[in-house]
Amino acid sequence: MNDMTPIRDGRSTRGEDGPLNISRRGFLGAAATLVLSVTVPVGRARAQAATAVAPGTRVNAFLEIRPDSTVLFRSAFIEGGQGVFTAMAQIVGEELDVDPSQFVVEGAPPGPDYLLTGGGRFTGGSMSVRMSYETMRKLGASARHMLLQAAAERLGVPMSELSTEPGRVVHAASGQAIPYGEIADAATELPVPNDVVLRPSNSFRWIGKPVARLDVREKSTGRAQYAIDLKIDGVLHAAVQHSPRLGGEPGKLANEAEVQAMPGVHSIHRLPGAVAVLADSWWRARRAVEALQVTWTEPAAGTPHAMPADFSSEAHKEMLKSTSGDGVVFEEHGNPVGEFADAARVIEGTYDAPYLVHGQLEPPSAIARWNEDGTLELWIPNQAPEMFQADAAKVAGIEPDNVIIHSPMLGGFFGRHFLYQTANPFPQAILLAKAAGRPVKLIWSREEEFLRDTLRPMGAVRFRAGLDAAGLPVALDAVAVGEGPTGRWFGRQPDKVDSSAVEGIAGKVYAIPNRRVGQVHVDDPAIIGFWRSVGHSMNDFFYETFFDEMADAGGQDPYELRRRLLADSPRHSNLLQAVADLSGGWKRGPFTAEDGTRRARGVAMASPFGSEVATIAEVSLRDGGVVVHDVWVAIDPGSIVNPAIIEAQVNSAVALGLSSALLEEVVYVDGMPQARNFDGYPILPPDRMPRVHVRIVESGAPMGGIGEPGLPGVPPAVVNAASVLTGQRIRSLPLSKLDLKGIEG
Amino acid sequence: MELTINGSTHQVDVEPDTPLLWVLRDTLGMTGTKYGCGVAQCGACTVLIDGQATRSCVTTVDSVGGMAITTIEAIEQDAEGRKVVEAWVANQVPQCGYCQSGQVMAATALLKQTPQPTDDDIAGAMVNLCRCGTYNAISAAVRQAAQA
Repeated sequence: MNDMTPIRDGRSTRGEDGPLNISRRGFLGAAATLVLSVTVPVGRARAQAATAVAPGTRVNAFLEIRPDSTVLFRSAFIEGGQGVFTAMAQIVGEELDVDPSQFVVEGAPPGPDYLLTGGGRFTGGSMSVRMSYETMRKLGASARHMLLQAAAERLGVPMSELSTEPGRVVHAASGQAIPYGEIADAATELPVPNDVVLRPSNSFRWIGKPVARLDVREKSTGRAQYAIDLKIDGVLHAAVQHSPRLGGEPGKLANEAEVQAMPGVHSIHRLPGAVAVLADSWWRARRAVEALQVTWTEPAAGTPHAMPADFSSEAHKEMLKSTSGDGVVFEEHGNPVGEFADAARVIEGTYDAPYLVHGQLEPPSAIARWNEDGTLELWIPNQAPEMFQADAAKVAGIEPDNVIIHSPMLGGFFGRHFLYQTANPFPQAILLAKAAGRPVKLIWSREEEFLRDTLRPMGAVRFRAGLDAAGLPVALDAVAVGEGPTGRWFGRQPDKVDSSAVEGIAGKVYAIPNRRVGQVHVDDPAIIGFWRSVGHSMNDFFYETFFDEMADAGGQDPYELRRRLLADSPRHSNLLQAVADLSGGWKRGPFTAEDGTRRARGVAMASPFGSEVATIAEVSLRDGGVVVHDVWVAIDPGSIVNPAIIEAQVNSAVALGLSSALLEEVVYVDGMPQARNFDGYPILPPDRMPRVHVRIVESGAPMGGIGEPGLPGVPPAVVNAASVLTGQRIRSLPLSKLDLKGIEG
Repeated sequence: MELTINGSTHQVDVEPDTPLLWVLRDTLGMTGTKYGCGVAQCGACTVLIDGQATRSCVTTVDSVGGMAITTIEAIEQDAEGRKVVEAWVANQVPQCGYCQSGQVMAATALLKQTPQPTDDDIAGAMVNLCRCGTYNAISAAVRQAAQA
């Protein structure tokens, strides 16, 4: 799910089948999954469906047209702020001929219809729209075709005389019109068309337009409900205290009787690696569990990923930086080794970036309820319902088909809600609900979240560049040292490079004739995970900042050198020109701004998640820190669905990228994180947000991602600008570690 | 203990030092006010106490007896609140939306006290965290609400 994760073409999983309508039950009324579950045992139905269904084709698994002609749409992708529910309404509505504002969108349950991400299902990798775009258009067009056919039968006219207007079928000759809601039921009794004609793009009303988000009013009035807000009858509230170091187990509880007697306490429980209290409110549960005096045992020998008692992030960083070797090669062009011998000048630099937490503002939670029929029902923040379903079944000791998953709106995710052993609260909720014989709602406090969140890995890269006599780079060697999250969670082959560890130093487009990217794998003692833009979140910082080192060493302007090395790639040249134009023309500085501050600009390019991005940042120095005034971003995702959401996502990615560049760093001492809340781990506050200027370039290339690509260019653009003002290279993040006092002027 | 919330009185039976946030969410079922950090860092739990933006996660319930508590649930019954919500919608502010209850409450408190805020006033009052980085949209929406 990182940029370079091999993804099968979504279309190959759909084969030659047109849309199916297996149940012959409609867009109206009961959903297909419910229909099947009352006619045959759930397990059998699911197994049969899995072999019969081509994902994204069964109209009634996705669409329910209500009597008032509004549309309930079940999205394969989970909404967490990226605007995917609105995008789905635009794409399906365009072909169905229903205004997106008439859609109500919800996250779909687990099921074979929704496996639209390369034969699986997750919301991530900036893949949702680009992987499902054609399929969802076809789905909307199929539904429209069936409605036209139903209307033709009712009116007794040939289908060719009918057309649609938003939400209704129109017979122009007689002036009659039938709202979709009146014929939705009849339409479902008709065969699904084998093939449908899609609307030509030059007649789009909603795709490509800044359509308003569907969820904005609910989110502006407190009515939007997240997992943490849901209420279940008869629920017990749960809070936990985890072992300070992963792998420790609860030993003696010194004051169990006193805690049991605290107000509202129902019961005290031991869990793997944690203790829990159930109470009649979460505050009482939390207060009680934090009062528990627990002796934590040392991890048993062989405990997977047990946190060493002496682990220090600083020592780990120094170890990564000093680890030698060329590693396993990932990418090689020309003959870099030979070229270094002939180079007029060789420069070297070792870069590093720290661990980061996700810091999504909604703390993790899970509601678990065992139903009388033996099923287990879960309400959990997640980015991959089927994977959570399978894992929950293992924890519960039941079949996956007996696990019902609800996937509410996410209060931010940024990669937080994938299936991560030890980082998801739902296994604890399942065990607690079983033990108590009642539904349980578990919330992790922010402090427990800081202890158990998966971390953006720490990374280090050693660079070596050879310059020719004219100062142009002719050879580049980069060795990434560390571990990537894709290998951690989806299996690592020792003789192969984990692409999530090198994306952003590999896949660069500059015409440097001799280049090599390798990786030295080093196990990361922390529990690492996917963080918005994954490997790109640090690797583009490493590469694009070292690029400026190469430019400076060769006496080249960094913008002009990029132009020169991209001359044979019109897509990238145009994008670089676009960001320069957007910023009023390239100027590096230092220069004096109107307010008298001394400023400089930095530039960076990135090729993340199928999109291309060029970024310029303008900074000054104040009070020993870096101030970022403006960030200009030109983004080329090939083609687009919603320019307003793209602009919002770029703003968001700039904020997170800047937060990581300026402020964020998880520090471990003695195997424990030093910060347990935002007071010890500052994230970007409003007064450090720069103005953000966005230009969208539609090159017509295959559609790329949107949620993540705006991030990777920000740290290098900012650091490149800051280096102009400080006169020194900055090879380590965050910038808040630097003391720049005395440098500003 | 008696609380006055959105113009209605509520009797609650909780420990006096219970944070108002958890009385709202768990005791009274008003979940529009959000838990983000619990230590007054993020502002997701912002409510109005006698018109002042207040972080309910560190405000004990015994300290607000007799005071007028306003939560996001009643925001559209408030003249400034309505303007703020409309500006939030017009500027398409929310992304994930989790912090936005608190942001809307902070903006409403600002406009009650300073109907025509300067950019510095806005920067001084709008200090809640947003991990989605909607800060520029928030500032634009506050300016628009002030002109409405």
